[in-house]
Amino acid sequence: MSAPAHALLASYEYLDSAVDAIEGLRKAGFKSLKAYAPYPEHHIEAALGYGQSPVRVFTLVGGLTGAATGFAFTIWTSMDWPLVVGGKPHVSIPAFIPIAFEMTVLFGALSTIIGLFILSRLPALKPPVIYDPEFTNGRYGVHVDAPAERVEEARKILSAHEPVDLQESTEAAHA
Amino acid sequence: MATATKERGALTHPDVHHLTDVNRDILKILSRPGKGWWALFLLACAGVGLFFGMWGWQIYKGIGVSGLSAPVGWGTYITTFVFWVGIAHSGTLISAILFLFRAPWRQSVYRLAEAMTVFAVMTAGLFPLIHVGRVWHAYWLIPYPNARFLWPNFKSPLVWDVFAVTTYFTVSATFFFLGCIPDIAAARDQATGLRKKFYSLIAMGWRGSDAQWHHFGKAYIFLAALATPLVLSVHSVVSWDFAMSIVPGWHATIFAPYFVAGAIFSGVGMVITLAVPMRKIFGLEAYLTIKHFDALAKLCLLTSLIVLYAYLSEFFMAWYSGEEIERTAFWNRLFGTYWWATWTMLVCNGLVPILLWFKRVRHSIAALFVISIFINIGMWFERYVIVVTSLSHEYEPWAWGIYRPSFVEMSMVAGSFGWFAFWFLLFTRLLPPVAIAELKEVLPPPLRRQRKEAH
Repeated sequence: MSAPAHALLASYEYLDSAVDAIEGLRKAGFKSLKAYAPYPEHHIEAALGYGQSPVRVFTLVGGLTGAATGFAFTIWTSMDWPLVVGGKPHVSIPAFIPIAFEMTVLFGALSTIIGLFILSRLPALKPPVIYDPEFTNGRYGVHVDAPAERVEEARKILSAHEPVDLQESTEAAHA
Repeated sequence: MATATKERGALTHPDVHHLTDVNRDILKILSRPGKGWWALFLLACAGVGLFFGMWGWQIYKGIGVSGLSAPVGWGTYITTFVFWVGIAHSGTLISAILFLFRAPWRQSVYRLAEAMTVFAVMTAGLFPLIHVGRVWHAYWLIPYPNARFLWPNFKSPLVWDVFAVTTYFTVSATFFFLGCIPDIAAARDQATGLRKKFYSLIAMGWRGSDAQWHHFGKAYIFLAALATPLVLSVHSVVSWDFAMSIVPGWHATIFAPYFVAGAIFSGVGMVITLAVPMRKIFGLEAYLTIKHFDALAKLCLLTSLIVLYAYLSEFFMAWYSGEEIERTAFWNRLFGTYWWATWTMLVCNGLVPILLWFKRVRHSIAALFVISIFINIGMWFERYVIVVTSLSHEYEPWAWGIYRPSFVEMSMVAGSFGWFAFWFLLFTRLLPPVAIAELKEVLPPPLRRQRKEAH
């Protein structure tokens, strides 16, 4: 980042306005974009060019760790003090499946949550520099960090789509 | 984009037009406790008092104040445990399984169903602790080695159950809370004062940015995919508490699917029982429409048929096996000491839901409410029949016996409804009881272009 960045945030009443603004900014070469929506909106995600979310890696690793833990734990404890119970072998894999399965789900679910929190930067203790509380109600938001010499250009693109509100700050939200 | 709009409009909330309408209608519930709510809440508090008072009495006097004795060592407490675990199941069914199947009607009911799940598991989880009597030893349930380094027997279904129920509680509570976060943020952005502080804290800084929604959506799918087999496994494991033993009436391979279907049946019944007064008290007619109740009723009908099939096949198999003891056990169910419990179960779960075949019944909220009460009663008796009649009449005639639930036990069953209602009522006032963001997802998005064309 050479020049100090300048943050602009436009609030739109209509979905297509927001999508058009994002596409306009991307076409003009703005990189540091962020959008807000009151619900998961795939048109916005598509406009921003999202691919696969890495959350799935967390789920997979967590699930496999859980399965391994479940089997390892039950097998180890049965070998630790080998007692014949109910005429079954010490290591009775079928009888250990329920526990291994529950551990798979537990670890998988918890690591998915951890992954989500890490990837979406939650909990976010510091509120964003500029924000419109209407984003959780009915408005869509487009945020752009523009270098000082391109602020005018960014403002023009955002204003072209009839924003309800346009906020500015000299502090960039994300570097 | 026009086609997407049309698809989204497929599930209609004809009286909800704009995204902001959803916030207005749902968040207003959080700020206005009516007289009806307070009346129910006081009733629930009385139930909680009864519950803990009776539990305290039992702790003071000992487990002898219950009717539990040889041969019936499992009675009302275990019946009620299975009942509440079962109630929990439909919440996860609606929130996870119907999510994966993209059932378009789930949005309006899933939050309340999920909350029901969490509180039902919280209620169920107390009953094993009550049942063991000396509750100060409850930590023995945690799998750790004893003083001589002997570990618990992991081949036992009772130990599986500890894993299943604790996992279920953890995952369903997390899943529930995760789904709430965007809606808590919506509440935060409109609240003031102390409420704003509270919601700011628990929304954890959710703003609805693209990155948050992107990862949230994926995480939600994976959690749903994990919760789906989990919900099927939990009641299967509960059923193996019975089916893995050789007690006549318990030892059957049909038990796992039979229990899962029964759990969903009872849970959907409970969702109807809860949704009807909620709709009335909070004025949610635009969100919980006849279509939603119709879909719930169909789910009830389907699961009641599976349950009825399981009852009949149990009786058939008992006869067809030619096993004298098995035959006696099932004859005893129908015509023995506990005939009234068995017939209550058959009428409530098998006969009454037949009414749901009729569209007129499915479209009458009052009729559905009454039927759902029958289902709740019937499903409690189903577990009573399975637990008590089987144990009271095992192999040896000299070991047969009669069990009568004591006053303490029945009070705690009644009190458990108060405990459940206490949490559920608090939930309706503190967290958005209808999923705001998910409802917005099915509404047609506001478009500028379309509007211009229309002019």
